[in-house]
Amino acid sequence: MSFYVESRRRRYAASVVLAGLAAFPLLAQALDQGFYVSLMSRVLIYALAATSLNLVLGFGGMVSFGHAAFVGLGAYTVALLTSAGAVSAWVAWPAAVAVSALAALFVGAVSLRTRGVYFIMITLAFAQMLYYLIVSLKTWGGDDGLPLAARNILGAGIDLKDDANFYYAVLACLVATLLLVGRLIRSRFGRVIQGIRENEARMEAIGYPVFGYKLACFTIGGALAGLAGALLVNQTGLASPNQMFWTQSGMLLVMVVLGGVGSLYGGALGAAALLILEEVLSGYTIHWQLGVGAVLLTVVFLAPHGLAGLATVVARKRHG
Amino acid sequence: MAEHAQAPLLQLAGLVRHFGGVYALNGVDLSVERGEIHALIGPNGAGKTTLIHHISGAMHPDAGSVRFDGADITRMAMHTRVAHGLARSYQITNVFARLTVFDNIALAVEARHGGGDETQAVIERIGLAGATGVAAGALSHGEQRQLEVGLALATAPRLLLLDEPLAGMGPEESERMIELLDHLGRDMTLLLVEHDMDAVFRLADRVSVLVAGKVIASGLPDDVRADAEVRRAYLGDT
Repeated sequence: MSFYVESRRRRYAASVVLAGLAAFPLLAQALDQGFYVSLMSRVLIYALAATSLNLVLGFGGMVSFGHAAFVGLGAYTVALLTSAGAVSAWVAWPAAVAVSALAALFVGAVSLRTRGVYFIMITLAFAQMLYYLIVSLKTWGGDDGLPLAARNILGAGIDLKDDANFYYAVLACLVATLLLVGRLIRSRFGRVIQGIRENEARMEAIGYPVFGYKLACFTIGGALAGLAGALLVNQTGLASPNQMFWTQSGMLLVMVVLGGVGSLYGGALGAAALLILEEVLSGYTIHWQLGVGAVLLTVVFLAPHGLAGLATVVARKRHG
Repeated sequence: MAEHAQAPLLQLAGLVRHFGGVYALNGVDLSVERGEIHALIGPNGAGKTTLIHHISGAMHPDAGSVRFDGADITRMAMHTRVAHGLARSYQITNVFARLTVFDNIALAVEARHGGGDETQAVIERIGLAGATGVAAGALSHGEQRQLEVGLALATAPRLLLLDEPLAGMGPEESERMIELLDHLGRDMTLLLVEHDMDAVFRLADRVSVLVAGKVIASGLPDDVRADAEVRRAYLGDT
């Protein structure tokens, strides 16, 4: 079976992790380690971004090397709207999703006419064009980026300036995204895009409009990346061209590969592993990337299905 | 409408396709009548598979037209042709190797929003009821060929294009496939590309001969077999 099936064990593990994540700010504050709440918010935001890439890459089979562009567009949309006075999260965040979705629709409509390495290169090219465009736009801050004066307003008495509140807003977005993506890949649409990943030509030959399905998948992935961007700019307080540089797209790819290509929680696991590893190793050495490289190599060789696959293997061995 | 009912189910007129300077199709005219099993034979390199690509919509011709059920479909996309009832199988097995037999057929049935019992019916029809849960990649070559036909069959076609369904099969497997095709021929129109002459002359109502990108003869099997030009160009007789 290569259609994605979410095992009960995996679902159970996910709810345990969710409970832990929900308790995290309380724990951190009790231990007077408020800094870690901010770090974990960043981890969760990248978990969302990597999950959106995994939908495109792991389920749709499209190796997009420009995914960070959609994250960056979301960030800039929020920064621009907020500086123009649209400070409500309920306005700015959906707008970020819409802008990134439109951009993905356009980039996808052009790029998806190519295959394989050409697709990788053309998505990279689009992202880099956008990067250089933003850098050259002095009115949008150019190289320095566009600061966000204050975090967006959520209403209902929840002040996002409070790091714990912001953390919970991010967690809610991530959980909603995982539920949505999980539902999507179990639906007919999900089986179709996985079928296309397996054998594109045959899918066309049994009557599926392959291009349309791929474009829809690519657009949904871009839209969710826009949401990650909206959160990211709120977390860092800055929409920066660096957020859409190609190394960021590369990092998202690494997260997905590390966590598990084509596994619902793969992107989130990979993002958490990579960012926490970076945090820990950079405390010891400035050459922390070497350590990250070693871990990535180990995972690729020992667990070709990523950390999500590794967890399954270990669980099977222990429970027989 | 009455006229349409009289028109051939498939009509090719002057199909031309060249790759660089090589003419793979050099003005192909061919009609396939409703309900018949029509065999397309020809030596290697005659353009048979290229022709199947052009009928199914995987490729588009430089000139000429493809008409299906009276409508011009020359520029129609492949998946739209499938929705209109024109499906194909492949010469080289092209199934979803990592999916089970059931999921393979279910994908094709779902393309037209069909249900699980239809999937089961197709699996029984192609003789794979005993292997429903087996990954397609783990089937024997003969079974994979059955599944290959099944994927096309599951789209509920009116015209089924079969590109060498007997390729690489042993005698027993061939026999099973010939029986399957014979049965299918009672419910739908078949256009069959095949090298196995015994099978062709057992199954076909009519035979067309493709040589160097042109149909040089088309007619009843015995007439085609007796055709002097065909014997010279293809069957190797003097």
